[in-house]
Amino acid sequence: MAAAVSSAVRLARREALGVSVATGLYGISFGALSVAAGLSVLQTVVLSLIMFSGGSQFAFVGVIAAGGGGPAAVATGALVGVRNALYGARMAPLLGLHGWRRLLAAQVTIDESTADATAQEQPRAVREGFWWTGVGIYVLWNSFVTLGAFAGNALGDPRTWGLDAAAAAAFLGLVWARLADPVARWVGVGAAVVALALTPVLPAGLPVLAAAAVAVVVGWWRPGSDGPGGDGTGGEGADGESLVPDDERAGQ
Amino acid sequence: MSPDVLMWLAIVAGGLAVYAIKLVGHLLPEHWLAEPRVARTAALVTVALLSALVAIQTFASGQGLTVDARLPALVVAAIALALRAPFLVVVVLGAAVAAGVRALGWMA
Repeated sequence: MAAAVSSAVRLARREALGVSVATGLYGISFGALSVAAGLSVLQTVVLSLIMFSGGSQFAFVGVIAAGGGGPAAVATGALVGVRNALYGARMAPLLGLHGWRRLLAAQVTIDESTADATAQEQPRAVREGFWWTGVGIYVLWNSFVTLGAFAGNALGDPRTWGLDAAAAAAFLGLVWARLADPVARWVGVGAAVVALALTPVLPAGLPVLAAAAVAVVVGWWRPGSDGPGGDGTGGEGADGESLVPDDERAGQ
Repeated sequence: MSPDVLMWLAIVAGGLAVYAIKLVGHLLPEHWLAEPRVARTAALVTVALLSALVAIQTFASGQGLTVDARLPALVVAAIALALRAPFLVVVVLGAAVAAGVRALGWMA
């Protein structure tokens, strides 16, 4: 039995390492895009250390790059991160933590650590998968963000290097796996149309926030929408309650 | 306040907000957030915001809308994603296409 536990744990650690390297590496793109959006190297690194959620970080600097103000950037980053609360609720009973360990666990509760942990079967492998993935990505992601920020700083005019287009590609990459579900696809198209339609009439930053209304309307009020697989992410687990799409193991 | 101070305030506020959201998940009783409608809405909010950002980053220019080198970059990024290219490859391809199109003087 002990041997079975340790091999499951070893596997969980190995998976964690692979996901950490793959995810950490693209911190480079966040660092470069953040500096291109107008944040300093130090601001980029501090944002990444405190916020530590790829989608939220990209969203924050995306709003700044589009000319939006701080409040709109904060609100957009926070809303993109709302799903992390669900990951926390999923992980808390599996981790069984109290006090300062729980405060630490919260900071590394992201797409990948939740996906890796909930993919394990042994209770100890669940815990190790969560911590190794969460801490591994925290260290590597922030290291590569720093590297990318210095690189972005050295590049000069972001448009010459196509960094403005790289931001669009990055957001498409972040949302891609979530579009497997048809409802999510329609919400994505609807949100894009709403944001573009409001761009000429609202101050920068607000059209993106307004587009979130499409998701709330569809997610909350769509009639007869509490059927199976209705979490809008295309995610599915053996028990039907996984919150994280499988593809997200490759992206934060 | 200077723009730099305001940026720092936004960075700290945004960072703490995202952390607080994670912590709330750990502290609330699991069943509160286990309701399918809550999970579905939260997931769709992420999809909606990221999709809106794709659109804005591709077509917005200040308060106007424009078609420029970012569009072919996005098309190439989508093809790369459909072919299951890694995230970093997609981002670098997007940048390269836009930079190349601009260098050739095809689109502003």
